Amino acid sequence: MATTVSCLELPKGGFSFDNCARNARLEERGLTRPKFRKTGTTIVGLVFEDGVILGADTRATEDTIVADKNCSKIHYIAPNIYCCGAGTAADTEKTTEMISSNLQLHRYRTGRPNRVATANRMLKQYLYRYQGYVSAALVLGGVDCNGPHLYSIHPHGSTDKLPYVTMGSGSLAAMATFEAGYKANMKKADAMQLVRDAVAAGIFNDLGSGSNVDLCIIGKDMKVEYLRPFDVANKKGVRQGNYSYKPGTTAVLSKSIKQIKYDIVSESVQEDMDTS
Amino acid sequence: MAMADIYQNNYMSMAPTERRFEPYAFNGGNILAVAGEDFAIVASDTRLSQGFMIHSRDHPKAVQLSSSTVLAQSGFEGDITTLKKHVKIRIDMYEHNHGKKASTSAIASMISKMLYYKRFFPYYVYNIVAGLDDVGKGCVFSYDPVGSYEREQYRAAGAANELLQPLLDNQIGHKNMEGDFLPLSKEKALQLCIDCFISAAERDITTGDCVFLHVIDKDGIATKEFPLRRD
Repeated sequence: MATTVSCLELPKGGFSFDNCARNARLEERGLTRPKFRKTGTTIVGLVFEDGVILGADTRATEDTIVADKNCSKIHYIAPNIYCCGAGTAADTEKTTEMISSNLQLHRYRTGRPNRVATANRMLKQYLYRYQGYVSAALVLGGVDCNGPHLYSIHPHGSTDKLPYVTMGSGSLAAMATFEAGYKANMKKADAMQLVRDAVAAGIFNDLGSGSNVDLCIIGKDMKVEYLRPFDVANKKGVRQGNYSYKPGTTAVLSKSIKQIKYDIVSESVQEDMDTS
Repeated sequence: MAMADIYQNNYMSMAPTERRFEPYAFNGGNILAVAGEDFAIVASDTRLSQGFMIHSRDHPKAVQLSSSTVLAQSGFEGDITTLKKHVKIRIDMYEHNHGKKASTSAIASMISKMLYYKRFFPYYVYNIVAGLDDVGKGCVFSYDPVGSYEREQYRAAGAANELLQPLLDNQIGHKNMEGDFLPLSKEKALQLCIDCFISAAERDITTGDCVFLHVIDKDGIATKEFPLRRD
């Protein structure tokens, strides 16, 4: 049977690999691929006596340039589950979005809240399928009928279930802070301070991380506090000079006035706009 | 021999292996110099980094070479150290041989020759020399890594040079603008240098911690420091 593509045909699921062979040939001839927006990142998570806390910095970079000074790296998965993402920005966003909507469908079908283990397994199976080419490094945290849970998920699909985890380029600085300060069953205020300190260690000591600290606290009652920003770790420098221009700075090269002919259909009187 | 065997043999034993020597690194940061009528200002940040790692938050990139000349450098720290050492020795030799202090323009010319001498294994260093010339006017000399140089009024170099140079073109060069502009005052130049680094620290990850300023005039060389973001 001949396969014809009609405009009524719906696209199949999954990625399109149409241009892969072409791009490989072009690269052989010296084309360099465009760089992707990587979130060189510090993301962390911690289990405390009353739930889990997720933390993230807010810098997105393209090579050595800061692409976004206040991006959001703590993604919504379900009302009781959130997920921090590091790696290629598009991969972390789209992966968490897709798992989020599949879990929404799961809730419609089952009529009960999702379990964190479900989200973890869906994410790891998806990432494993793409052999690490979907470069998303995740910290998944949430509370379900079995209590609080925290997972780290690597781009190749392996996962760890631990009481405190860090991911991204600032993960070493953040883990050093956790190793020094973590205790089992911490009070909420102490846990929030430790998570802030861990992210701040990444912000100051890792060049890929920067700007503010975002927090997301999921309590045992499944109540969520999304604090963005929780802490502005860096005050923006105040410029000393005045950089406005006098009128007439831009040269006028030519000037012509055209009369537009019109008929008055209706007229209305408007109050002056307040421009003070 | 079957075709498949030849391929397999090639694959197993004949495939060339490449071993590489990577002599260069990039240690980030920015340098900037501005010349006025009777002064010159050199500004540089004090962060030394490699990749995503900060090696030092207190490492000025500019050094005083004489009572009226300052050299600012950015690029590969290993080459910076070596080149700086040789430049200082050559200036000492000049003073011993000629019995006089080396002028800014003489130092500038010498650095060009020292860079071109390494034409086929260059120093990976962007240099800017600033100071007062023979008649006491402010001057800036900027280089590429293999020794091409020219005298200018202002120049930015380093990791965020493409962010800073257009700002200087606008604020000092007054490029593509109508109107009369006052000559650059020392206060305005100083303010602009600091603002340049505040802006660079916002968008360039290798710039930050502190900006270090050298102000060169007829009374000598004064230094100032100004804090920047530390993330």
